[in-house]
Amino acid sequence: MTSSIKTFGIAAVCIAAFYVLNAMMSSTGFFGVGIDDYQARLFAFIGINIILATSLNLINGFTGQFSIGHAGFMAVGAYASAFFTVTYGKAIEGSFGFLGETVASSLVLLIAIVIGAIVAALMGLIVGIPSLRLKGDYLAIVTLGFAEIIRIVILNIDAVGGATGYQVSGYANFLWIGIFALITVVVIRNIVRSDMGRALISIREDELAAEAMGVNTTRYKVTSFAIGSAFAGVAGVLFAHYNKFLSTNDFQFIKSFEIIIMIVIGGMGSMTGAILGAIIVTLLPELLRQLPDIQIGSTVFKFADLRLVIFALILIMTMILRPQGILGTSELGGFLKRFRRADKSTGGLS
Amino acid sequence: MDTFVQQLINGLTIGSIYALIALGYTMVYGILRLINFAHGDIYMVGAYAGFILATSLGFASEPSAFGFVVTLVGSMAIAAAIGMAIERFAYRPVRKFSKMTTLITAIGMSLLIEYLFVFIFSGTPRSFPQLLPNSNITLFGNATISTSQILIFAVSILLMILLQWIIFKTKIGKAMRAVSFNINSAKLMGINTDFVIAFTFALGSALAAAGGVLTAQYNPKIEPLMGIMTGLKAFVAAVLGGIGNIPGAVLGGLLIGAAETLVVGYGSTIGIPSTYRDAVAFAILIIVLLVRPAGLLGSNVQEKV
Repeated sequence: MTSSIKTFGIAAVCIAAFYVLNAMMSSTGFFGVGIDDYQARLFAFIGINIILATSLNLINGFTGQFSIGHAGFMAVGAYASAFFTVTYGKAIEGSFGFLGETVASSLVLLIAIVIGAIVAALMGLIVGIPSLRLKGDYLAIVTLGFAEIIRIVILNIDAVGGATGYQVSGYANFLWIGIFALITVVVIRNIVRSDMGRALISIREDELAAEAMGVNTTRYKVTSFAIGSAFAGVAGVLFAHYNKFLSTNDFQFIKSFEIIIMIVIGGMGSMTGAILGAIIVTLLPELLRQLPDIQIGSTVFKFADLRLVIFALILIMTMILRPQGILGTSELGGFLKRFRRADKSTGGLS
Repeated sequence: MDTFVQQLINGLTIGSIYALIALGYTMVYGILRLINFAHGDIYMVGAYAGFILATSLGFASEPSAFGFVVTLVGSMAIAAAIGMAIERFAYRPVRKFSKMTTLITAIGMSLLIEYLFVFIFSGTPRSFPQLLPNSNITLFGNATISTSQILIFAVSILLMILLQWIIFKTKIGKAMRAVSFNINSAKLMGINTDFVIAFTFALGSALAAAGGVLTAQYNPKIEPLMGIMTGLKAFVAAVLGGIGNIPGAVLGGLLIGAAETLVVGYGSTIGIPSTYRDAVAFAILIIVLLVRPAGLLGSNVQEKV
């Protein structure tokens, strides 16, 4: 009982913080304190990346299924929902206009999110059921292949813009992104802590042993794949309606790699690790963009142009020096708790 | 019929390039169980090495067989050295860690090479000099084959025979087969596994670089990101043929190349637009993997409990 009150309390504080941040992003600011557009975009992309990273972490980190096609599911959610809002968004807004503009547009976004999640989950089932028979690297290759096929098929659908890109209305703002990032984190955390989560972790540790213990491995693998895909779809919906423009170039396999990099840097099988990874991978290239030019003799070295090289180097160095990622399978909360406990025991020997 | 023969020739030309690159993927996977994502970029590095050699040694101005051979062998040597360096400094330190770690290292390596080349050479494409005189030969009917296509066939067949000889007739080849069979037993038998792995990377990288220079003769536009798609398709070819299997890689490469051009040529008649070109490789891959998870020529290994 107390723990659920605590959870609700934390959630309420988070949403209030998102609300304040969102207000700061508007043109008037929050009581005159504002965030510029560039920083606002970074915040929004951190939120979207947190959804992507935690949902992929359910598949890769907790179930141990090697999926490298997450961007494909994101694309499905993004395009399906964008097609919906472009076609029906205005009409729905019009017919619910009596509720006020904010409510009507929120309603459109919520329907879009449901559509994106369902379509992406279905796609996850379609991809997952046949391919989860494959193990390890083969599964990785097939998911990569499916994601590329999804992207190329979308590229060839003229109704969603084809190669020229797709103009979408900006129904999503930072507040929505924050709320859905929170929902994703809470839902996936609860799944991981439930019976299902135990089953998933047992599959990760040893699939054969899990099967021998009576875990229906296929069912659990497919379910985790579908749930992960559904949240990737949600991230896609938010991306589409925040970015206001979709291009299939945003969903190339480099995007899938980026999401994997987030969970690997943070620590596979750690919720807070995935969140930390999402923040680092979003911010690091942007921080490196601000590297100064250094002039030696007459030649000027623009370190900012090297930012992606440096990013790749940091990635390789992380893998060599700390292959389990920053947090491994532990959670940041666990560290804090241990720290607090050690603090209380005066002997310091426990 | 003429166009079919023409499509097939063009398809097999691309296919032999895929096959050359696929060999590197398959050898490395066979030994380390590592998908070397940076291998496609080595193909690009090979093309750039050839470009620099050809322009700095003056072969660009007048086509000659000597210039071509020097460029080809030179870029193969450079790529082999780079491949070995990558193995030594990036892959060897993470070899003992989990699969995910090595895979991420490979992805990081791929990004590193790509963006380093974008930084050095800028993203704009460069045109590769014609190293040999090029002319079209008309075959029966109206199908034509260019001398650069013949060159691609000849050089890739030669290199594949050479590789087959190295693997089955030399001592190092025997060691490679032993390491790929069981790396720990090979070590116990006194094989210097580190050297064998480094040699495998060198061999694979040299073949990829040859693929790069040959492609540049056929299609003289080179750019730093050219290795991504080609590398991915070559990798698909390796998996299709049965990863770890050398004839399989060649078969897979040729199949993917042929399927791709046939889709461009004939897809519209059965309702597949030619823009699906890049999807074909993956579609074939998925179908084959679902039916025969070990690939066309691969053998299925039973999992031990």
